[in-house]
Amino acid sequence: MPELRLTVNGREQRLEAPIGTSLAHVLRERLGLTGTKIACNEGHCGACTVQVDGVPVLSCITLAHAVRGDVTTIEGLRDHPLVAAFVRADAVQCGFCTPGQVVAAAALVAANPEPTPEEIRHSMAGNICRCGTYPKIEEAIRTWRD
Amino acid sequence: MARLIRTEKEVEGRFEEVWLVVEEDPLEQWPAGPRDVVGRPAVRKTALERVRGEARFTADIRLPGMLQAAVLRSPYAHARVKQIDFTQALGLPGVHAAVGPGDAPGLESEAGYAGAPVAAIAAETFGQAHAALQAVAIEWEQLEAVLDPEDAVARGLLASDPERYERGDFERALAEADVVVESTYRTQVVLHNSMETHQAVCEWVGDRLDVYISTQYIWGVRDEVARGLGIPADKVRVVCEYMGGGFGSKNSAGEYTFAAAELARRAGRPVRCALTRTEENVAAGNRNGTIQKLTAAARSDGTIVALGGEFVNALGWGGWSAGTDGPMRMLYACDNVRTVKVTTKLNTPPMKPFRAPGFVEGTFGLECLIDELAAKLDVDPLELRRRNYAGSNDGTPFSSKNLSDCYELAQKHWDRRHDVRARSTPTWKRGVGMASQIWYGGGGPPSYAWTRVGSDGRIMVVTAMQDIGTGTRTAMAQIAAEELGVSLDRVEVSLGDSARGPYATLSAGSSTTPSVGPAVRAAAADAKRQILEIAAQRYELEERVLDIRDGRIVSSDGNLSVELDELLGLLGNAQILGKGARGPNPTGMSVHTFGVHVAEVAVDVETGEVRVERVAAIHDVGRIVNPLGAGSQVEGGVIQGIGHTLSEVRLLDPETGRVLTQSLDAYRMPTIADVPEIVCEFVDEPDRHLTSLGSKGLGEPPIVPIAAAIANAIRDATGADVHELPISREEMLRALREAKERRGAPAAV
Repeated sequence: MPELRLTVNGREQRLEAPIGTSLAHVLRERLGLTGTKIACNEGHCGACTVQVDGVPVLSCITLAHAVRGDVTTIEGLRDHPLVAAFVRADAVQCGFCTPGQVVAAAALVAANPEPTPEEIRHSMAGNICRCGTYPKIEEAIRTWRD
Repeated sequence: MARLIRTEKEVEGRFEEVWLVVEEDPLEQWPAGPRDVVGRPAVRKTALERVRGEARFTADIRLPGMLQAAVLRSPYAHARVKQIDFTQALGLPGVHAAVGPGDAPGLESEAGYAGAPVAAIAAETFGQAHAALQAVAIEWEQLEAVLDPEDAVARGLLASDPERYERGDFERALAEADVVVESTYRTQVVLHNSMETHQAVCEWVGDRLDVYISTQYIWGVRDEVARGLGIPADKVRVVCEYMGGGFGSKNSAGEYTFAAAELARRAGRPVRCALTRTEENVAAGNRNGTIQKLTAAARSDGTIVALGGEFVNALGWGGWSAGTDGPMRMLYACDNVRTVKVTTKLNTPPMKPFRAPGFVEGTFGLECLIDELAAKLDVDPLELRRRNYAGSNDGTPFSSKNLSDCYELAQKHWDRRHDVRARSTPTWKRGVGMASQIWYGGGGPPSYAWTRVGSDGRIMVVTAMQDIGTGTRTAMAQIAAEELGVSLDRVEVSLGDSARGPYATLSAGSSTTPSVGPAVRAAAADAKRQILEIAAQRYELEERVLDIRDGRIVSSDGNLSVELDELLGLLGNAQILGKGARGPNPTGMSVHTFGVHVAEVAVDVETGEVRVERVAAIHDVGRIVNPLGAGSQVEGGVIQGIGHTLSEVRLLDPETGRVLTQSLDAYRMPTIADVPEIVCEFVDEPDRHLTSLGSKGLGEPPIVPIAAAIANAIRDATGADVHELPISREEMLRALREAKERRGAPAAV
């Protein structure tokens, strides 16, 4: 089986996986990082969002062997101020999409620490929340440094 | 003391007369308004776990040796399995077991819709299981499929006899009325599409079955699984601590649970069966479509004298006929009402309850009709609603109704309409619309809770309910903290495991807080009574002069004030155990939630694009336990309702009956970019007849009036009457053309 080398949350990982394995599958099933959720498994909902070199990526449609760069998952962002901001703002209902929202938001605020509501809506439109926590997500991102 | 009573039990508008063992809850209600903990904004318990991705959902359960199952589904809208052979499939790599029609509940030889489950295979990986499905030799006999509801009605293919209701003399009132409006409304099939798909992991431990499942009702699943497998209910343990959304679609065990249980038995290994997103869109339930032919008649002074409705509930292969006629029967004072509800059975995916089933659809029709009536009468729509205010439910008093206060709060939002209209441009027409709401949400018995207080001064509430994301865990903690006179951070809640707590009701029908909340309060009161008994002995005072406030034991004369921890520290390993039960609902009263939405929209009259710009949502659901979480519920309901109104529709191929919208790309749910400004307000008034808490549920009410409020705002903006959901650009342009023709101008749009 082909070798797979990944850097995930700062740790180098070496494993074997068939070509065609998705990054989300490797993270969840091989590395036990179940904070990354799979909700659609076809790149439409954003629940599986991770960062590769700081850029949000849909891990369910990313081939693990094609990843070039450092992968950051929600497990690597647990102490990010956005986490407290999401809790404060009640930007979580069922919570299934939430890790993906936080990972996407962390990429946004890293590039743009004070995004306008319009910029938040533009950047976060790929992360679906069926519970409809969107107003609170917007508030959490607006106030993440408070 | 437990008492056996004969009573009506309501879940999501369905009533049944049942024997119920109830315990009285003798506590008096707290005074209205915010208390020390209850009624004040509280950050969600377990928010941190959820946000950090540590919460373990069913999707995250990994048991040693666990196999993965894939389900074989019918490609035909109606067919029968004549023969099925797993020999080749079972020989493939990784495959451990297969089940076919009749081997497990839910797997049947007659497939009533395209996507109906008939077989399942368990293998080491999902890929292997899925590949093995292709190797199942199956011979189908295709049967005639009925796909169109109007066709089904014409041919008398009904799921049940038509349900008729009449009060007064509808025909006569209609004949004597000054103004009559008649309209036909249609609502589409919409899908729940919870982020976590339907799924279960089953593991046999000896003769006991552990079921980890994404569900809204662990006790219902326990009983259903026990019945389906023919084993005692106490041999089934159902666990769901975190679940990724349900919205009504996860009230019962599905074929995925039974298939996992039977495959696990045959394979001798735990089995997970998780629906894919495609299966979720095809076979996990839906809000059924409706056709509503409605009539309203009034005197010229605006008194509504007759309301009539012929409702078609277009069910698929399964489901039940929800109360589409309910709003027409209950929302307005009207002496003459006649409704008939016809329910079709089609070869389409089965209906499952979806957030206020029936009332969402029926309120769209009724509240659009009322505005059409207002336009014809030339009466202000809010004024028309006030004039026809229902003081009772067909003679039965409401346990509480503060809709008039909702109207009062709505007035300032309604008054914005002149300014909103003035912001119209030649292309973007702006307007404001409103709609009212009635729904159930009073909950009922039985539900139970325990409290456990230890020498560390912390309180554990134990109740085997679910928190499906609505924040009920937090509400329960607040109620216990309030009753015990301690801060919220001292209280934790253990839930979601049928083996680790007493029965609690399902998380549906907006019933968790009003059902379990009073039981939690009673359990906390029981613990408090015991604490004060001990305090009386320790401090040599009478119990009746003692209380717990702000975490201190205090005496009424003010001479005693000691830390609660000082007393509890004496417990050592002893524990104080409290228990509580939900008391009965008030007899002879109708328990309901009420509300009103005021929506502001902009309509591009050239392209038919509709944008919702602002929604004011005002609700009367009794006492608000957690204003922060309550606001989130309202926002979520409004947003989901906007999806129902403008973009969501499950499309079927009219030839084959196959679902065309199988992905979250094709089935369009709202994103953050679709969200308007949302203003939430509450009439925070306890229902003084309902339990020691006075609270009703809030999960469903905010989705009920939104579609009609938007449609009525569109009329205000453009003069066009939309009659169909979703209000697609085609429907919007059709309505604009019709309005133009009505005004006598040539239809140029």
